[in-house]
Amino acid sequence: MARRRREIGKAGWGRTAFSTVISFIYFFPVLWIILTAFKTHTDALSTPPKFIFTPTLENFVSVFARAYERGGAAVDTHFDLFFFNSIFIAGASVGVALVIGTIAAYGFSRWPLRGNETYLFIILTTRMLPPIIVIIPIFIMFRLSGLSGSYIGIILLYAAFNLPFTIWMMKSFFDEIPREVEDAARMDGSSEMKIFFRICLPQVKAGIAATAVFGLILTWNEFLFALLLTGRDTRTVPVAMAQTIGGDIGVRWGLLAAIETLFLIPVVFVTFLLQNQLLRGVTFGTIKR
Amino acid sequence: MAASYHAEHGTLLERFFARNRGPILVAPALAVLVIMNIFPLLWSFGLSFYRYRANRIKEPEFVWFKNYQKVLTDPVVWERFQTTAIIVTVDVLLQLVVGFLLALLFEKTFPGRRVLLMLVLTPMMLSFVAVGAFFRYYYEPTFGLLSQGIKAITGEPFILLGSEVGALAGIIFADVWMWSPFVMLLVLAGLVSVPKHLYEAAEIDRASWWRRFWTITFPYIRGLLLLAILFRTIEAFKLFDIVFLITEGGPGTSTETIAVYVYRVAFQYFKTSQSAALGYILLFVVIVLTNLYLFFVRRRDVEDQ
Repeated sequence: MARRRREIGKAGWGRTAFSTVISFIYFFPVLWIILTAFKTHTDALSTPPKFIFTPTLENFVSVFARAYERGGAAVDTHFDLFFFNSIFIAGASVGVALVIGTIAAYGFSRWPLRGNETYLFIILTTRMLPPIIVIIPIFIMFRLSGLSGSYIGIILLYAAFNLPFTIWMMKSFFDEIPREVEDAARMDGSSEMKIFFRICLPQVKAGIAATAVFGLILTWNEFLFALLLTGRDTRTVPVAMAQTIGGDIGVRWGLLAAIETLFLIPVVFVTFLLQNQLLRGVTFGTIKR
Repeated sequence: MAASYHAEHGTLLERFFARNRGPILVAPALAVLVIMNIFPLLWSFGLSFYRYRANRIKEPEFVWFKNYQKVLTDPVVWERFQTTAIIVTVDVLLQLVVGFLLALLFEKTFPGRRVLLMLVLTPMMLSFVAVGAFFRYYYEPTFGLLSQGIKAITGEPFILLGSEVGALAGIIFADVWMWSPFVMLLVLAGLVSVPKHLYEAAEIDRASWWRRFWTITFPYIRGLLLLAILFRTIEAFKLFDIVFLITEGGPGTSTETIAVYVYRVAFQYFKTSQSAALGYILLFVVIVLTNLYLFFVRRRDVEDQ
């Protein structure tokens, strides 16, 4: 492990200044959307683009309220429901995946089966495969069983979708904790239940939190399954957003920007919190450092 | 040991649990995966040997390898593969370059690094839909930022997505913007693993920056770069959402990637079994790449211990 000693050099304020410029250029597409969210309809469409304007909250109000008028009649955008759906579906499915996946990861890490690596490979493959392959039969399955458009259907599907990720992530955390303590406890006659709950789980607490948050983001962002398998009442924000782009309010960029801003604020926040686990998260636990 | 004690004594149930701990722990997870992933996969595999359309009542008819034959001899499919290959190649190469440059920027600690790193890492965590919507707005011919910027310089209206090359560039730009931070993270991990004393030795030898890079830095990041390439290739190969949102495959079909094409075959033309066959060809490619990826991950783990 000697090679992995972290040796990171130091640079001064000069680097800060330079990096600030580059980072803001890189972040600009996001920043501009956030600015657009605070513009009036005319400001959002002005040529040349307006950098200085009087901020307004009307777009944010329009996202939820029966706000924009079409031929005199107010139309309900239902975005409060879509945001609720996104949160509820992501929360429930990640919860299910976390419980089942953590137990399985513990098994794969501590009680390897015959062909352990093969199982893990197949599990990772189910995550890597183009979703389009499984979606055809799932589409048919859902239609036949009436799960199409229901909460339970999409939650189950997302739980399965999160499971490979959860297993690989949690296995990488379990693999890292030393076994000596467990072995000592076993010698003392502790039950396996006790060893799992009292010794192993507390040591991977941070890992569970990171896995949960990553799972939430993955699910929060997911589009294709949601597009094909949610109904009017279970639609999630990404689908509603895509329909907004193509649909009748497609030209209302200020409104769309407001939806996007609300949609991405939690993600930006989480990116900051999870910085040290990000590498592991985006590679499904295959690369730790 | 307690485990073996229960395995030999204890009640029947206790003995069963003690002997099959591994299988019991992983069983629920495997059950969910079998129902929601493996079973649909096998179903797809079966479908690919039948003639079947999901929007018709007609009974499926067994046709052996006809779907595969049809798909593999279809010039349209090869065209889509070509489009995908172009996008994957340019996309991944650019991500490597941009990601590498970003990594150099954040290689050292400096005041405010954590906050700035967050700004750069954000795109990778965003939804494809959000990113697609951003760039659609920026590429919009009349009031999009890009079109306005170019119009201010040349005086001519600019429609990026109107031309074949422009549309490809637009998609690739968005994807590179989104995923270069991923490469950056991997390169950064490689850079911090280089032992400092090697650089000190190089300084004493007055080695040039270029030489120092090739003989010291590169060997340490080589492995991670390879992993980055493989991982990004797998993901770019499946590119769907961004294309779907920015160009919808247009103009014409010039930016229709293979993933978008399979979607169309399945859900617009309803040639269900043909899309299953095509899907299986994609799956094969992804399995090969995933295998390679894991092979190199393991090799790196072994080298590090």
